[in-house]
Amino acid sequence: MPNDLLNMDCKQLREQIAAGKVKSVEATQAVFKSIEKNDSKIGAYISTFKEQALAKAKEIDDKIAAGESVGFLAGVPVAVKDNMCTTFGATTCASKILENFHAPYNATVVEKLLAADAVIIGKTNMDEFAMGSSTENSGLKKTVNPWDASRVPGGSSGGSTAAVAGRLCFAALGSDTGGSIRQPASFCGVVGLKPTYGRVSRYGLVAFGSSLDQIGPVTHTVTDAALMMNVIAGHDVADSTSVDEQNAPVCDYLENIDKPIEKLKIAVVPEFNAGADEPVQKALSDAIEVYKKLGAEIVEVHMPHWDYAIAAYYMIATAEASSNLARYDGVHYGHRTDNPGDYVEVYTKSRAEGFGKEVKRRIMLGTYALSSGYYDAYYLKSLKVRNLIRGDFTSAFEKCDCVITPVAPTTAFKAGEKTDDPLKMYLSDIYTISANLAGIPGISVPCGFDENNLPIGLQILAPAFAEDKLLRIARMFEKQTDWHTNRATID
Amino acid sequence: MSEKIDQAQVKKVAMLSRLDLTDSEVAEFTTQLSAILEYVEKMNTLDTENVQPLAHCLPITNCFRDDVVKESLGTEKVLANAPQRDEEFFKVPKILDDNSGA
Repeated sequence: MPNDLLNMDCKQLREQIAAGKVKSVEATQAVFKSIEKNDSKIGAYISTFKEQALAKAKEIDDKIAAGESVGFLAGVPVAVKDNMCTTFGATTCASKILENFHAPYNATVVEKLLAADAVIIGKTNMDEFAMGSSTENSGLKKTVNPWDASRVPGGSSGGSTAAVAGRLCFAALGSDTGGSIRQPASFCGVVGLKPTYGRVSRYGLVAFGSSLDQIGPVTHTVTDAALMMNVIAGHDVADSTSVDEQNAPVCDYLENIDKPIEKLKIAVVPEFNAGADEPVQKALSDAIEVYKKLGAEIVEVHMPHWDYAIAAYYMIATAEASSNLARYDGVHYGHRTDNPGDYVEVYTKSRAEGFGKEVKRRIMLGTYALSSGYYDAYYLKSLKVRNLIRGDFTSAFEKCDCVITPVAPTTAFKAGEKTDDPLKMYLSDIYTISANLAGIPGISVPCGFDENNLPIGLQILAPAFAEDKLLRIARMFEKQTDWHTNRATID
Repeated sequence: MSEKIDQAQVKKVAMLSRLDLTDSEVAEFTTQLSAILEYVEKMNTLDTENVQPLAHCLPITNCFRDDVVKESLGTEKVLANAPQRDEEFFKVPKILDDNSGA
């Protein structure tokens, strides 16, 4: 039955496929049937590759039938956010400026998925250049929340989280610069992991904020997130900001996933949790009770500089973006204006026509922060505040194994609710942004529902390169609860 | 209340950003960027006199590789996405005028 098939997680499906009990072709067909039935409503995908995916699936099935060994994701249909380069299809970043861009190479994570025998079925929608918290800034299409079509899926990886929540794939990759995996994961009721900065290669990820961007998995379960990490983590010579094996060796994230952390010490930040909506606070305190029952000790920590994170983040991220997006010049690739008066207008008009409003706004903000006379007051100041924020985490982790917080102050908000006020949209990133500034890993796991049956996420933050521990802590919670087994119904 | 940034500054930043903004975008961004910059001012309440700036969080300083020539993408692949090309070149409008010499 295709429906039962779609309810499987990656690990189950991979085992069934490897054992020859389920064909990858069946799973891939089931996914495309689901896409054909529901994606006109959800809008998760910018592009899909049915023929290519079915051919790949058949290839895996044949390999298995022939008794050959297969990869960690053998035959599992997965999706990739459309800011990761693929030689097949376009890589648009949900921007008109890249609408027809065909990358000449695959991102390292795409190569790794293919090497693990995954079946890549499509590229998912996002806020243009990953700038946004609702996927409403996509220049190409609209994505809705599979739990409630009048609400946003979160963002910027809203296409990836909606695809997983809507059973339009078994797992997906997203990218997280200020919460872009964790916040939409929370809004869509799925698991989303932002690894440590430098853990996963960013080669072939279209750059937004280069000191903050990180690729990570979106899955139904924590175990699947560990499985995905086994595939994508590791040093890459093509990305000099990916951390080498000497500094931080990767490990088998699945090996101990079911082993609880002994003498677990969890920290909470009372002053910040108080800022969340009541149902979110309630879900958080229920989650704390779950950990207490497991024997965890709960301690309180203070993050005196957390309140400045959004300010510092929006200066640093936009400064980096203004520099990164200077490459869209209408000359080398991407959109070019039809009738430039002179060569300067090739730049100014191509960019004005190709970029959406939020992207323009951020380029402007970043350019201002870096401009002569303002650099010290805005950019340099932000880098100093960033150091203070990292210091808050360093002190906190001396007293605990992890910090838990809400992922977002609210559940999924209504489409259009925050589009007129950029600052209001930025403030919805309050709980996630600090992890990017400090470079540490964070995960969102389903931990409840509000009165409108909208999912709530629990955020767990751990020290740099402690993904192994982070996943185990998250798994301890998941084992005791069944929030992650709830599925959105789109009919 | 004075705005953090005025329309003339917004126009200058648009020029630096190589963005051709409409008048209504200039007006809109002036209001919005002012509000954001005002919010950002809250950082000024923090004393950062003795704090080092932190540009990234990696335990890496420099990354060197051996200086060896390796195969690169090749001209065809590099030019494949060019909006306009002329054989092996990216084509752009004339940059120097005719009597500027060379």
